[in-house]
Amino acid sequence: MQLTLFWIFSSLMILFGLGVITLRSPVSCAMCLVSSFISLAALFITLDAFFIAVIQILVAAGAVMVLFLFIIMLLNLQAEECRRLRFPVILGGIATILCFLILLSQVLASNPQFLEPIPALQSTLSDVKMIGMTLFHSFNLPFQIIGLLLLVATVGVVLLSRRTLK
Amino acid sequence: MTPLSHYLMASGLLFSLGLAGVLLRRTIIIIFMCLEMMLSATNLSLVAFSRYGIIHGHQNYDAQILVFFIITVAAAEVAVGLAIIVALFRSQQITHTEDLNRLKF
Repeated sequence: MQLTLFWIFSSLMILFGLGVITLRSPVSCAMCLVSSFISLAALFITLDAFFIAVIQILVAAGAVMVLFLFIIMLLNLQAEECRRLRFPVILGGIATILCFLILLSQVLASNPQFLEPIPALQSTLSDVKMIGMTLFHSFNLPFQIIGLLLLVATVGVVLLSRRTLK
Repeated sequence: MTPLSHYLMASGLLFSLGLAGVLLRRTIIIIFMCLEMMLSATNLSLVAFSRYGIIHGHQNYDAQILVFFIITVAAAEVAVGLAIIVALFRSQQITHTEDLNRLKF
Protein backbone atom coordinates (compact mmCIF):
# COMPACT_ATOMS: atom_id res chain seq x y z
CA MET A 1 0.00 0.00 0.00
CA GLN A 2 2.70 2.45 1.01
CA LEU A 3 4.76 1.50 -2.04
CA THR A 4 1.82 2.17 -4.39
CA LEU A 5 1.17 5.55 -2.78
CA PHE A 6 4.88 6.36 -3.00
CA TRP A 7 5.00 5.62 -6.74
CA ILE A 8 1.81 7.58 -7.49
CA PHE A 9 2.76 10.71 -5.57
CA SER A 10 6.47 10.77 -6.40
CA SER A 11 5.75 10.43 -10.13
CA LEU A 12 3.12 13.21 -9.84
CA MET A 13 5.67 15.37 -8.01
CA ILE A 14 8.38 14.82 -10.65
CA LEU A 15 5.91 15.39 -13.52
CA PHE A 16 4.68 18.69 -12.11
CA GLY A 17 8.29 19.67 -11.38
CA LEU A 18 9.06 19.05 -15.07
CA GLY A 19 6.07 21.28 -15.85
CA VAL A 20 7.61 24.11 -13.79
CA ILE A 21 10.80 24.14 -15.82
CA THR A 22 9.27 23.55 -19.28
CA LEU A 23 6.04 25.59 -19.44
CA ARG A 24 6.31 29.10 -20.87
CA SER A 25 3.54 30.92 -19.03
CA PRO A 26 4.46 31.99 -15.45
CA VAL A 27 0.94 31.30 -14.14
CA SER A 28 1.07 27.67 -15.40
CA CYS A 29 4.48 27.31 -13.74
CA ALA A 30 3.07 28.54 -10.43
CA MET A 31 0.10 26.16 -10.67
CA CYS A 32 2.44 23.23 -11.45
CA LEU A 33 4.54 24.17 -8.42
CA VAL A 34 1.44 24.17 -6.20
CA SER A 35 0.52 20.67 -7.42
CA SER A 36 4.10 19.51 -6.91
CA PHE A 37 4.05 20.81 -3.33
CA ILE A 38 0.74 19.08 -2.61
CA SER A 39 2.14 15.76 -3.90
CA LEU A 40 5.17 16.35 -1.69
CA ALA A 41 2.86 16.82 1.31
CA ALA A 42 1.23 13.47 0.42
CA LEU A 43 4.71 11.89 0.43
CA PHE A 44 5.26 13.36 3.90
CA ILE A 45 2.04 11.66 5.02
CA THR A 46 3.30 8.30 3.70
CA LEU A 47 6.33 8.90 5.97
CA ASP A 48 4.04 9.49 9.01
CA ALA A 49 5.07 13.17 9.30
CA PHE A 50 1.55 14.57 9.60
CA PHE A 51 2.44 17.93 11.16
CA ILE A 52 5.08 18.70 8.51
CA ALA A 53 2.62 17.72 5.76
CA VAL A 54 -0.02 20.15 7.06
CA ILE A 55 2.59 22.91 7.41
CA GLN A 56 3.78 22.20 3.86
CA ILE A 57 0.25 22.61 2.48
CA LEU A 58 -0.59 25.69 4.58
CA VAL A 59 2.67 27.61 4.25
CA ALA A 60 4.41 26.46 1.08
CA ALA A 61 1.47 25.57 -1.16
CA GLY A 62 -0.87 28.17 0.36
CA ALA A 63 0.76 31.37 1.57
CA VAL A 64 3.97 31.36 -0.44
CA MET A 65 2.33 30.44 -3.75
CA VAL A 66 -0.40 33.05 -3.28
CA LEU A 67 2.41 35.57 -2.84
CA PHE A 68 4.03 34.32 -6.07
CA LEU A 69 0.76 34.54 -8.03
CA PHE A 70 0.12 38.01 -6.62
CA ILE A 71 3.53 39.25 -7.78
CA ILE A 72 3.07 37.64 -11.23
CA MET A 73 -0.22 39.54 -11.51
CA LEU A 74 1.38 42.77 -10.24
CA LEU A 75 4.28 42.65 -12.70
CA ASN A 76 1.92 41.65 -15.53
CA LEU A 77 4.34 38.95 -16.71
CA GLN A 78 3.76 37.56 -20.19
CA ALA A 79 4.94 34.23 -21.53
CA GLU A 80 8.70 34.09 -21.72
CA GLU A 81 9.84 34.76 -25.29
CA CYS A 82 12.35 32.46 -26.94
CA ARG A 83 15.80 33.83 -26.49
CA ARG A 84 19.14 32.68 -27.77
CA LEU A 85 20.28 29.72 -25.70
CA ARG A 86 23.88 29.55 -24.62
CA PHE A 87 24.89 26.00 -25.42
CA PRO A 88 28.10 25.76 -23.29
CA VAL A 89 26.09 26.77 -20.22
CA ILE A 90 23.34 24.24 -20.98
CA LEU A 91 25.84 21.44 -21.66
CA GLY A 92 27.72 22.21 -18.45
CA GLY A 93 24.49 22.29 -16.46
CA ILE A 94 23.22 18.99 -17.86
CA ALA A 95 26.61 17.36 -17.23
CA THR A 96 26.60 18.60 -13.63
CA ILE A 97 23.08 17.31 -13.01
CA LEU A 98 23.83 13.93 -14.64
CA CYS A 99 26.99 13.54 -12.55
CA PHE A 100 24.99 14.34 -9.40
CA LEU A 101 22.30 11.78 -10.21
CA ILE A 102 24.82 9.05 -11.16
CA LEU A 103 26.77 9.71 -7.95
CA LEU A 104 23.57 9.55 -5.91
CA SER A 105 22.49 6.24 -7.43
CA GLN A 106 25.98 4.77 -6.89
CA VAL A 107 25.94 5.83 -3.23
CA LEU A 108 22.45 4.41 -2.72
CA ALA A 109 23.43 1.10 -4.37
CA SER A 110 26.69 0.79 -2.41
CA ASN A 111 25.21 0.23 1.06
CA PRO A 112 22.53 -2.41 1.82
CA GLN A 113 21.37 -0.22 4.73
CA PHE A 114 19.55 1.98 2.23
CA LEU A 115 17.51 -1.01 0.96
CA GLU A 116 16.05 -2.08 4.31
CA PRO A 117 12.25 -1.89 4.59
CA ILE A 118 10.56 0.79 6.66
CA PRO A 119 10.80 0.09 10.43
CA ALA A 120 7.60 -0.11 12.47
CA LEU A 121 6.63 2.65 14.90
CA GLN A 122 5.90 1.73 18.53
CA SER A 123 5.07 5.20 19.81
CA THR A 124 1.75 5.86 21.52
CA LEU A 125 2.14 9.65 21.62
CA SER A 126 0.68 11.65 18.78
CA ASP A 127 2.86 13.29 16.15
CA VAL A 128 2.02 16.89 17.03
CA LYS A 129 2.63 16.31 20.73
CA MET A 130 6.10 14.94 20.08
CA ILE A 131 6.89 17.83 17.73
CA GLY A 132 5.79 20.35 20.35
CA MET A 133 7.81 18.70 23.10
CA THR A 134 10.95 18.58 20.96
CA LEU A 135 10.46 22.15 19.78
CA PHE A 136 9.96 23.69 23.20
CA HIS A 137 12.39 21.50 25.17
CA SER A 138 15.42 21.03 22.95
CA PHE A 139 15.00 23.83 20.40
CA ASN A 140 13.63 26.72 22.43
CA LEU A 141 16.40 29.21 21.65
CA PRO A 142 16.40 28.54 17.85
CA PHE A 143 12.61 28.93 17.93
CA GLN A 144 12.89 32.42 19.43
CA ILE A 145 15.72 33.36 17.07
CA ILE A 146 13.51 32.37 14.13
CA GLY A 147 10.76 34.63 15.49
CA LEU A 148 13.26 37.48 15.45
CA LEU A 149 14.22 36.55 11.88
CA LEU A 150 10.58 36.79 10.77
CA LEU A 151 10.32 40.24 12.41
CA VAL A 152 13.49 41.43 10.64
CA ALA A 153 12.19 40.08 7.30
CA THR A 154 8.88 41.91 7.77
CA VAL A 155 10.63 45.22 8.53
CA GLY A 156 12.94 44.66 5.57
CA VAL A 157 10.03 44.05 3.19
CA VAL A 158 8.24 47.21 4.38
CA LEU A 159 11.45 49.19 3.90
CA LEU A 160 12.06 47.72 0.42
CA SER A 161 8.55 48.44 -0.83
CA ARG A 162 8.59 52.14 -0.02
CA ARG A 163 8.06 54.40 -2.98
CA THR A 164 11.64 55.72 -3.23
CA LEU A 165 14.70 53.61 -2.50
CA LYS A 166 17.60 55.62 -1.10
CA MET B 1 7.67 -2.00 1.69
CA THR B 2 9.43 1.09 0.40
CA PRO B 3 13.17 1.29 1.07
CA LEU B 4 14.88 4.55 2.03
CA SER B 5 16.72 4.74 -1.29
CA HIS B 6 13.43 5.34 -3.16
CA TYR B 7 12.69 8.46 -1.16
CA LEU B 8 16.28 9.73 -1.46
CA MET B 9 16.21 9.18 -5.24
CA ALA B 10 12.90 11.06 -5.58
CA SER B 11 14.37 13.89 -3.52
CA GLY B 12 17.51 13.94 -5.68
CA LEU B 13 15.42 14.03 -8.87
CA LEU B 14 13.35 16.97 -7.57
CA PHE B 15 16.54 18.77 -6.55
CA SER B 16 18.07 18.27 -10.04
CA LEU B 17 14.86 19.53 -11.65
CA GLY B 18 15.11 22.69 -9.54
CA LEU B 19 18.78 23.10 -10.44
CA ALA B 20 17.98 22.64 -14.15
CA GLY B 21 15.28 25.30 -13.84
CA VAL B 22 17.69 27.77 -12.24
CA LEU B 23 20.19 27.16 -15.06
CA LEU B 24 17.76 27.14 -18.00
CA ARG B 25 15.02 29.67 -17.24
CA ARG B 26 15.38 33.43 -17.76
CA THR B 27 12.44 34.95 -15.84
CA ILE B 28 13.53 35.95 -12.34
CA ILE B 29 10.30 34.80 -10.67
CA ILE B 30 10.52 31.32 -12.19
CA ILE B 31 14.16 31.02 -11.06
CA PHE B 32 12.90 31.88 -7.59
CA MET B 33 10.20 29.18 -7.79
CA CYS B 34 12.88 26.64 -8.75
CA LEU B 35 14.86 27.64 -5.65
CA GLU B 36 11.75 26.84 -3.59
CA MET B 37 11.59 23.45 -5.30
CA MET B 38 15.21 22.68 -4.33
CA LEU B 39 14.46 23.59 -0.69
CA SER B 40 11.46 21.24 -0.69
CA ALA B 41 13.60 18.43 -2.10
CA THR B 42 15.98 18.72 0.86
CA ASN B 43 12.93 18.68 3.16
CA LEU B 44 11.84 15.38 1.64
CA SER B 45 15.20 13.71 2.29
CA LEU B 46 15.25 15.06 5.88
CA VAL B 47 11.77 13.67 6.62
CA ALA B 48 12.75 10.31 5.07
CA PHE B 49 15.85 10.10 7.27
CA SER B 50 13.72 11.01 10.30
CA ARG B 51 11.27 8.15 9.56
CA TYR B 52 13.92 5.52 8.89
CA GLY B 53 16.29 6.53 11.73
CA ILE B 54 14.05 5.36 14.56
CA ILE B 55 15.02 6.06 18.19
CA HIS B 56 13.07 4.54 21.16
CA GLY B 57 10.29 3.33 18.86
CA HIS B 58 9.38 6.73 17.45
CA GLN B 59 10.70 8.88 14.64
CA ASN B 60 13.73 11.13 15.08
CA TYR B 61 11.86 14.37 15.66
CA ASP B 62 15.01 16.57 15.55
CA ALA B 63 14.98 16.23 11.74
CA GLN B 64 11.33 17.29 11.57
CA ILE B 65 12.09 20.38 13.68
CA LEU B 66 14.85 21.19 11.20
CA VAL B 67 12.30 20.88 8.36
CA PHE B 68 9.98 23.23 10.28
CA PHE B 69 12.80 25.79 10.53
CA ILE B 70 13.66 25.40 6.83
CA ILE B 71 10.03 26.07 5.84
CA THR B 72 9.97 29.19 8.05
CA VAL B 73 13.23 30.56 6.67
CA ALA B 74 12.04 29.81 3.12
CA ALA B 75 8.85 31.82 3.73
CA ALA B 76 10.88 34.80 5.03
CA GLU B 77 13.25 34.47 2.07
CA VAL B 78 10.34 34.48 -0.40
CA ALA B 79 8.91 37.67 1.13
CA VAL B 80 12.23 39.54 0.95
CA GLY B 81 13.12 38.19 -2.51
CA LEU B 82 9.76 39.13 -4.02
CA ALA B 83 10.07 42.63 -2.50
CA ILE B 84 13.48 42.97 -4.18
CA ILE B 85 12.01 41.76 -7.51
CA VAL B 86 9.16 44.30 -7.29
CA ALA B 87 11.60 47.11 -6.42
CA LEU B 88 13.77 46.11 -9.39
CA PHE B 89 10.76 46.11 -11.69
CA ARG B 90 9.60 49.51 -10.44
CA SER B 91 12.94 51.21 -11.02
CA GLN B 92 14.09 49.45 -14.22
CA GLN B 93 11.17 47.41 -15.70
CA ILE B 94 13.37 44.31 -15.62
CA THR B 95 11.88 40.80 -15.39
CA HIS B 96 14.56 38.82 -17.25
CA THR B 97 18.01 38.03 -15.95
CA GLU B 98 19.70 38.89 -19.25
CA ASP B 99 18.51 42.51 -19.09
CA LEU B 100 20.04 42.82 -15.66
CA ASN B 101 23.62 43.71 -16.61
CA ARG B 102 24.45 46.57 -14.23
CA LEU B 103 24.99 46.42 -10.49
CA LYS B 104 24.43 50.13 -9.78
CA PHE B 105 21.51 52.18 -11.12
